[in-house]
Amino acid sequence: MTTYSPLAIEASGLVKSFGDVKAVDGVDLAVRRGSVYGVLGPNGAGKTTAIRMLATLLRPDAGSARVFGHDIVKEAEAVRGKVSLTGQMASVDEDLTGRENLILLGRLLGLKRVDAKARANELLEAFGLADAASRLVKQYSGGMRRRLDIAASIVVTPELMFLDEPTTGLDPRSRNQVWDIIRALVGEGTTILLCTQYLDEADQLAEGIAVIDRGKVIAEGTPAQLKASVGSGALHVRLLDPEQRPEAERVLARELGEVRLEPDPAALSASCSDADRAAEAVAALSRSGVRIAGFSLGQPSLDEVFLALTGHPAEEQGPEDATTTQEEQAA
Amino acid sequence: MSTTPTQTAPDAIADHEALRKALASTPRPPRPNAASAALTFGWRGMLKVKHVPEQLLDVTITPVMFVLMFTYLFGGAIAGSTGEYLDYILPGILVMSVLFTTVYSGIALNTDLTKGVVDRFRSLPMWRPAPLVGALLGDSVRYLLAGTVIVVLGVILGYRPDAGVPGVLAALALVIVFAFGLSWVFTTLGLLMRSPNAVMNAGFMGIFPLTFLSNVFVDPETLPSALEAFVDVNPISILATASRGLMEGSASGGDIAIVLATAAGLTAVFGPLTMRLYQRGVA
Repeated sequence: MTTYSPLAIEASGLVKSFGDVKAVDGVDLAVRRGSVYGVLGPNGAGKTTAIRMLATLLRPDAGSARVFGHDIVKEAEAVRGKVSLTGQMASVDEDLTGRENLILLGRLLGLKRVDAKARANELLEAFGLADAASRLVKQYSGGMRRRLDIAASIVVTPELMFLDEPTTGLDPRSRNQVWDIIRALVGEGTTILLCTQYLDEADQLAEGIAVIDRGKVIAEGTPAQLKASVGSGALHVRLLDPEQRPEAERVLARELGEVRLEPDPAALSASCSDADRAAEAVAALSRSGVRIAGFSLGQPSLDEVFLALTGHPAEEQGPEDATTTQEEQAA
Repeated sequence: MSTTPTQTAPDAIADHEALRKALASTPRPPRPNAASAALTFGWRGMLKVKHVPEQLLDVTITPVMFVLMFTYLFGGAIAGSTGEYLDYILPGILVMSVLFTTVYSGIALNTDLTKGVVDRFRSLPMWRPAPLVGALLGDSVRYLLAGTVIVVLGVILGYRPDAGVPGVLAALALVIVFAFGLSWVFTTLGLLMRSPNAVMNAGFMGIFPLTFLSNVFVDPETLPSALEAFVDVNPISILATASRGLMEGSASGGDIAIVLATAAGLTAVFGPLTMRLYQRGVA
């Protein structure tokens, strides 16, 4: 019994415990078809466990979820036919070459040998891996491995893709490449559930975000709503001449309100999350003769989001939380 | 953290057009049948042998050393002459060599689990036992190889079985069928233990004494009676006896039946157990 649902994922009350610790403790999610939905939280918050339940790899202890209308427990096979998973540890076979990995997946998905080879070559080309195609994956860099991992997930285009921390540990260039690929995928209509520890990643890519902490969703909304609820980011200004800091402080206080003096005698910052107002404030500084060495508009970091939402910092969670390692291992 | 302008790194994805084309929806082919999925996993096993051929060394060199050592060091003492002992021990070492190889099935599975790739396999819409059955099919090729090395070595050393090539092939086939059944025990172990090393230790701790407390190396009639009783019912003894029989043309149907039944029994118990553990994804 499947009725068309505008939702790619609808989960209610998902619970999963490891031992006596609840890794996921009553998670509800509603993810629209064709969107990128971010699940944001620190290590051990339960993101991976939630994804693994939705991808039919773990059975929930309680609660239920549907993926494109299919129950993840009763219709697991149908769910598997629509999703693909890019795990936190790269889900590729290190002892095979990049090309062999993709051919293997193609064959397992039902492609004929010739088609699997052609598709592998097409993907290697598109993901900038053609030169490394015949090398063993264990010799790949982190960024190459990630790209191969994503390529392996789209040998047959999935309707829903789970991406578990796709850019953790990548250098900025590789990160941009992965973001490019994610945007292109969404452009082709794939729905993406993106787990991440980085607010800016969710902000860049996701249309909706759920913040998860100790197995519970503690906040949900668009990136803008979330940031607004957290409070603002900050305009950071560095002056050429520290002597001018009192003047700069006066101008910024007038333009933006609360001003903070940094330990660096030439630096100060003011609460601000709106780029236009930040530009105004910088212009006002220069009009009043303050010479500026540099400035930047910072977003609230995940730490700040967490602090604001939970009252505790976003560290790997709690000393009592032995599941962090357990979850990592299960992953 | 400061905002960086969204930039397309110049050397990012070389060709955006190619990327877009590759991402354009590919229609989902029909799901592969069970045999095709399992054979694909068998192919994966073969590729691993191709890339890391060293892994075959441990399973071939050890038995070769055993043949040489036992034949020339103990052969005279145990059987009166090295030639006579070779006739006795060669089928036994064939059994030992292939059965030792089965431990590696468990180690390989455990190694898989410590990596992320199993998650991907488990999230694919395919015949659920395919990864396991396929891996064991691939391993059977390794068993065949390990067995062949021993037989060839035996022939070089002067072993001339009475039943000739057909007898040797029949013995080899019987040993491989038994190994297939036994390897489910080690895949179960592979899913229960925490590391590949732990699987190796536990596996050999089991298979080593079982092999030595059999008639592989010595005629059990020389043993204390309690030990002899155990050796006589040890399935490895029965397998060794059946293999000797097949190679010499004097096999007893009863022994062969017991070996096949044991293999079937092991598969019936440990096959589904392995499957359940694999689905749960515990390691």
